Amino acid sequence: MNNANKTLRYLYFITLFFITLSGFAQMPIFSRYYIASLPGLGWLGEFYVSHRIHYIFAVILSGLAAYMLVDFFLGKMNSRKITRAGVAKAGIIAGLIITGSLMMVKNFTGTPFSNGVIIFLDVSHLVFCMGLLFLTAME
Amino acid sequence: MTNKISRRAFLKGSITAAGSVAATTSIARAAKSITKKETQPLATLIDISKCVGCEECVYACQEANAPKHPKPEKPFPKMYPSATVPVADWSGKQDVTDRLTPYNWLFIQHANLTINGEEIELNIPRRCMHCSNPPCVKLCPWGSAKQEDNGLSRIDSDLCLGGAKCKTVCPWDIPQRQTGTGLYLDLLPALAGNGVMYKCDRCYDKLEKGETPACIEACPEEVQTIGPRDGILKQARKLAKEMNGYIYGEHENGGTLTIYVSPVPFDQLAASVETGDGKPHLTEVKDMMADGNNIAKAMLVAPLAGVAAAVGKFYKYSKEDDNE
Repeated sequence: MNNANKTLRYLYFITLFFITLSGFAQMPIFSRYYIASLPGLGWLGEFYVSHRIHYIFAVILSGLAAYMLVDFFLGKMNSRKITRAGVAKAGIIAGLIITGSLMMVKNFTGTPFSNGVIIFLDVSHLVFCMGLLFLTAME
Repeated sequence: MTNKISRRAFLKGSITAAGSVAATTSIARAAKSITKKETQPLATLIDISKCVGCEECVYACQEANAPKHPKPEKPFPKMYPSATVPVADWSGKQDVTDRLTPYNWLFIQHANLTINGEEIELNIPRRCMHCSNPPCVKLCPWGSAKQEDNGLSRIDSDLCLGGAKCKTVCPWDIPQRQTGTGLYLDLLPALAGNGVMYKCDRCYDKLEKGETPACIEACPEEVQTIGPRDGILKQARKLAKEMNGYIYGEHENGGTLTIYVSPVPFDQLAASVETGDGKPHLTEVKDMMADGNNIAKAMLVAPLAGVAAAVGKFYKYSKEDDNE
């Protein structure tokens, strides 16, 4: 693995860590269970702060995903392979980005989605996240 | 990346990259068109100078919304950790009218001021401001809080788990919790949730039937006027001009669907009213969703940057190959 790929890998895991943590912080659980009381983790109990952090890492993740996608297709002309687990992870990340992007659109003024769609997005985003964590843990 | 890339491969790669860019741009355009969807929000004008503080609106609200009020099951389940999950029980204090509670979604806030040596008392009907872009709705993790097509927001008591995030993110701390009721009782009552959050739903059920919200209907002084926001704002500005008064709610939290007009500046009112839990302030509020939404706009650029970086890398390698 060359240096550029190593850097990408580190960036991906850092992004995955913070986006997951800040994503779970959107639920009112970290203050309840004193996790936000731990030194350095107070931001997990601040909804607006964790929301912004989640967004920042979502932007990084979408940039990384676009890079990896195009890089893969360009490199595929040289017979680059992807494993089944890789396909599954790519699908889940695509699902996370699509549902997350739609949730971002939802957060602008206006009511573009029905409440049923919003609930579907909330739940599917969480399910995709759990799937990605499971696959990453299985590596 | 291997170093065997022909000009043809590069051309094919460029087409792929261009396709990705086009797809990303289409998504961005689609997202933009969705966010631009125009609806005519329903707003209320509250002329503070007219309110005599008779509380007719308060009792009308309680009566009209009594079927929606909580009916908690007792004893409440033990919740853990008890220090961070306090029991909120208003079932024995349903007659409280001097603050917001799960049973009282509207109250009259009093302000005593001295203006030009003259002592005056103003009465301010207070309830949910119904933000144009309500954080309670947008940041609820389960979609329990919802915004109707007319822009008014409400909390679905069948879905709410009582985590109170809506109250924490509300600039006025409006929603009020009742323990011992709602969906959490059927899930993990000891470990997650703590009842249901309640607030003014602007009598959505009456509005659906073409009726007027109970508080407006009951007011003997015609303090409130309801209508499309644009018209209400025009009316508020005209009224403010006539009384040499001031407006609150036009820009607060990016704009709300409750527009107050007062004969005295709101900073003076804000300093005069009693505030605290269930007694919201009247100070200026910045747009709480703005920072997040500004970051969200970068989502339109980030994929393009990723694509550009990948294409740049590919171009660099192909050029190196050509030079060999």
